Amino acid sequence: MNKERLITGDWDYSSIDGQIGDVVLDANRHTEAKVPGLLGKLMPANMRSPWFLIIGIGFVFVNVLLLSITILVLTGIGVWGNNQPSGWGFDIINFVWWIGIGHAGTLISAILLLLRQQWRNSINRFAEAMTIFAVMCAGMYPLLHTGRPWVAYWLFPYPNVLALWPQFRSPLVWDVFAVSTYMTVSILFWYVGLIPDFATLRDRAKSKVGRVLFGMAALGWTGSAKHWFRYNHASIMLAGLSAPLVLSVHSIVSFDFAMSIVPGWNVTIFPPYFVAGAVFAGFAMVIILAIPVRKWYRLEAFITMKHFDWMAKVMLATGLIVAYGYGMEVFYAWYSGVPYETALLFNRTNLFESPYSWAFWSLILFNVVFPAFLWFPKVRQNLTALFWISMSVSIGMWFERYVIIPLSLTRDYLPSSFGYYTPTIVDFAMFFGTIGFFLFMMFLFIRFLPMINIFEMKELWHHMSHEKAHAHEAAAQEAH
Amino acid sequence: MGLFRDTAPKHYGTVASFLTPEQLLAATQRAKDAGFRDVDTYSPIPVEGVCELLKFDETKLGWITFFGGLAGAATGLWLEWWTSTIAYAHNVGGKPLESWPMFFPVLYECTILFAAFGATFGMLGLCGLPKPHQPIFNAPLMERASQDRFVLCIEATDPNYDPKDVAEFMKTLNPEEVETVMTSEGY
Repeated sequence: MNKERLITGDWDYSSIDGQIGDVVLDANRHTEAKVPGLLGKLMPANMRSPWFLIIGIGFVFVNVLLLSITILVLTGIGVWGNNQPSGWGFDIINFVWWIGIGHAGTLISAILLLLRQQWRNSINRFAEAMTIFAVMCAGMYPLLHTGRPWVAYWLFPYPNVLALWPQFRSPLVWDVFAVSTYMTVSILFWYVGLIPDFATLRDRAKSKVGRVLFGMAALGWTGSAKHWFRYNHASIMLAGLSAPLVLSVHSIVSFDFAMSIVPGWNVTIFPPYFVAGAVFAGFAMVIILAIPVRKWYRLEAFITMKHFDWMAKVMLATGLIVAYGYGMEVFYAWYSGVPYETALLFNRTNLFESPYSWAFWSLILFNVVFPAFLWFPKVRQNLTALFWISMSVSIGMWFERYVIIPLSLTRDYLPSSFGYYTPTIVDFAMFFGTIGFFLFMMFLFIRFLPMINIFEMKELWHHMSHEKAHAHEAAAQEAH
Repeated sequence: MGLFRDTAPKHYGTVASFLTPEQLLAATQRAKDAGFRDVDTYSPIPVEGVCELLKFDETKLGWITFFGGLAGAATGLWLEWWTSTIAYAHNVGGKPLESWPMFFPVLYECTILFAAFGATFGMLGLCGLPKPHQPIFNAPLMERASQDRFVLCIEATDPNYDPKDVAEFMKTLNPEEVETVMTSEGY
């Protein structure tokens, strides 16, 4: 592997700290990039930066989210479009979509760590934060879908006066355990990774408040050899625990469907197909966020074109698995010979008679056709193209869940229970609200925590400069 | 003890800072060769090979994580079995009450959760964290140990520790700076 392309330019330990850590410590780093054009002119001069713009947009949509939740809680889930026969709608579509987006973070931090892939270092912190906020967005949906979120704790096993316990044979209860475990372990892993960086920030911070807050967050990290030894040990073990966790969480999410007897859901390919789709969507979101942030904060040296190239390749590979999944769904429907499955297939694909064929064919377009351009190295090296392909993947993965949920529910065994699912404005408000919430949280994270793992970058730089020095020595000896 | 607690400053150790991990490794080797036992190093990145020199090889964390996982598995399985067969025995579609394959997902998640708690809190516990102020922070040069300096510390608990001799010895290692770290009880 050509390590040199993982960090470009001349650095030393201190300047790496400065370039990454000062994004947090120096408020001016957030106003360097300016919003151009009319939009920029409308913003106050000292806030004319993309950071303020996005945090502002995020804030507006957080309020849209709160409003939609208020309407929902005051009225009941009748304000959503789901009704008989489609008891699941936007809530479950978005739940699965958000959980999937979160998976890239854990994949990058855990599986690539176990595989000793050093290119993960530049993007793991960022992606882990994404995981946490995406899981937060995901968690809201099942919580609100209960209709009475204030008694959501009934989902957990606890001794109660009614002597009622959760039904452990239900995949929905598995979901509760899977998602809450996933959230907890992701936060632990993320925090453990942040401890050495908090120590660096504690020692670099100039303000008293910064020193105290980062000092508390660093928990008294000294960087002792013994601390590092245990730290490395703990990271490897957390990675080892998170890697199967990623696979299990999305498998369990897919069990919500696969354990049922609804046509189109009851298939064994769902677990691997869902996991691959999650990685696909997750990497797309990492690229969508990384491209602008890298430019605004001048992090080109740490997130290089090599990183984008590899992320694009992971997307290409998982995209092909997902495409294989679509192929298999068609094959199963035909090979099983079950009339309901075959009927469902026609309902998905028939352009003239199916009410949902627009969703299915958009899915194929966004998830199979557009990502196919990633086969070309030129496209993988073109950030604009990469950004829009990642957007297409995000939309495509959303359509995938859309195709799975209302389509199967509105066309099952009895024609008398056929229907059509139409989301309402509250559904859309909540969906865009969670996107705003996600952006808002991500940009708060960028402002207050180091978005690239500082000590890992220093370690990587150290190894690289070592290898360079050895190469120089070898060359000098040969010359003699 | 109580009011008469001895808070007079005591020696914690002597620290020396170096510019590169290689210099730190060489200095640690010299300190070990000179017969010092209680030696530690502080660095912004993990330095490869330093734990071998310090003969520090701890396997406790692995066991803590393992037993955490075991406890999680036991808790998950017990919870599911007890609620499904005793506390709330409910016939669902004629399935057996002890339908263990159905218990697997929750059992698995509980195992991972408790093992992760073991790894995280075990690591913190073994390191003695959280402890926002450590005695070693009394050395001003430690501020750079989380940034760009590599620090060697010979601790006062070492049988051969004598502040003057150790400082003299440290200077022969060609360090950037040498400092004596003082501490008082409670710090």
